[in-house]
Amino acid sequence: MSHAVTADQLHKSYPGGVKALDGLSLDVRAGEVFGLLGPNGAGKSTTVKILTTLARPDSGTAVVAGHDVLRHPERVRREIGVVAQRSALDPMASGRDNLTLQGRIFGVRGTALRRRVGELLDRFDLTGAADRVVRGWSGGMQRRLDVALALVHRPGVLFLDEPTTGLDPEGRAAMWAEIGRLAADESMAILLTTHYLDEADRLAARLAIVDGGRIVAHGTPAHLKEELRGDAVHLELRQPPDEPTARQVIALVPGLREVALDGRRLSARADDGAAAVPAALAALESAGIGVAAVTVARPSLDDVYLRHAGRRFAA
Amino acid sequence: MSTSVRSDPAAGRPAAGNPGVPVLRTLAAHTWWMTGRRLKVLAKQPAFVVIMLVQPAIWLFLFGNLFRRVVELPGFGAGDYLDYIVPGVVVMTAVSSNMWAGMGLLEEIERGTLNRLLTTPVFRSAIMNALVAEQAISTAVQVLAIMLLGLLAGADYPGGVAGLVVLLVAALLLGTVFSALSNTIGMLVRQRETIIGVNTLLLLPLTFLSSAFMAESLMPSWMRAIADANPVNWALDAARAAMTADPDWGVVAVRCGWLALAAAAMVFLSTRTFRAYQKSV
Repeated sequence: MSHAVTADQLHKSYPGGVKALDGLSLDVRAGEVFGLLGPNGAGKSTTVKILTTLARPDSGTAVVAGHDVLRHPERVRREIGVVAQRSALDPMASGRDNLTLQGRIFGVRGTALRRRVGELLDRFDLTGAADRVVRGWSGGMQRRLDVALALVHRPGVLFLDEPTTGLDPEGRAAMWAEIGRLAADESMAILLTTHYLDEADRLAARLAIVDGGRIVAHGTPAHLKEELRGDAVHLELRQPPDEPTARQVIALVPGLREVALDGRRLSARADDGAAAVPAALAALESAGIGVAAVTVARPSLDDVYLRHAGRRFAA
Repeated sequence: MSTSVRSDPAAGRPAAGNPGVPVLRTLAAHTWWMTGRRLKVLAKQPAFVVIMLVQPAIWLFLFGNLFRRVVELPGFGAGDYLDYIVPGVVVMTAVSSNMWAGMGLLEEIERGTLNRLLTTPVFRSAIMNALVAEQAISTAVQVLAIMLLGLLAGADYPGGVAGLVVLLVAALLLGTVFSALSNTIGMLVRQRETIIGVNTLLLLPLTFLSSAFMAESLMPSWMRAIADANPVNWALDAARAAMTADPDWGVVAVRCGWLALAAAAMVFLSTRTFRAYQKSV
């Protein structure tokens, strides 16, 4: 089986006529980290809720870990681990009690359960606080326990719904490191939703951009960025140039295209930005146009998002 | 707890996990874990436990003194008012405690713990019935405390232990009707205000449209007609029939049977609400 998750044409509207999903399809391969990227309200959480059997789609089908989510939800539930967008712990129970109960529900018993709980507490650096009620824990610790809970039964598919939202930078870095370690485990597929571009870029092997309840683009981060064809080259000129002259000069530089001039700021795209810069500088200097600064940027997912969703990404 | 052991085909039976373990035993285990989880939280709130025990004591004292002389009314039919209101206070306590079960459910929804549990193989009915069982256990403690307090204040229980057992069973069945009703409302409307409103609206009319504090024979006839259809009054009829020196077991069986049916129906209804929840979540 090569696909851990397959969703086909999911539609869902909420009472009151809010359309959450409008024909969303995706597939997550076994063992990979798949990122679902989009702003709040795009349909990421609804997708996760349907794939984790919490909600039912109005139409469409989904298969998770080899089981149909509508026909055999109870089989799906045995195979998945779920970290919801908001922490979902028993606040009055200790970390150990939270983990132990979760393990029992999945049929882990006795010594095996005790060992697994201890192992997860260690791995998530929670052993010191294990026997205190989680209400007093920091947000980062609670979030790590959420992930530990989802792993107690060694699921084949893990859903992480915005795992770093609300964490401070330190907590986010720790969570990224942990997700990175999880990703190395090739027996587990991970579906990660996020509204952070850098998070998707860093963690996901493949990703899909969701907008308005549909996938508007998908592929590897590198592939999506390549679709933009090349690097962005920005030149800061010393003073506003004579526009026709500047355009004429720059048009003769090989490799540059999509030239835009905005005051002192000249932008263009190049297949190989670094190679195009010296020629551009030489051409401008010889025409008497001084350059104050040059930047060459690889296209970011922000650019990808702009192109596919038609607007800037505002998380 | 007549119905916590019940299979739940439509709402997702955890199959195949432990082959060989019968479904009913798994369901019982799940219900027990889910209940234990809630009782642990209750045990960490001693102030709440104290209030839970003091409140019925106040009712027993307050109503016992306020209405002490109603037994002198011609046709009341009881000798001592304290004897008369022990079942009344028990039943009122059962209703007033259990009708808040839905608040626990709303808390589970707000904390995200309900959604977390729903994505695991735990029985849906175990989640719901744990709230009912939690209430039943605290109701049992309250009922025993009231019986003991009554005894200390000088109440007579001519029906003996058998009579008190019937009172306890009737209170638990009645409590289940109301806790499952409260869960149903909580799941469908998901608003604290609605539960508070319904409870405030129902508690006093249900209590006073029964023989809790006033003999039915002294009620206006239209009230008596309503009381006959009031589950609170079924519990009192059963208890009063069993708590006399010469118990009428026929009345006990019939009234407890109705209560059990009502409890089973409410519990069934409450577990069906997961379908509505799944649509709106």
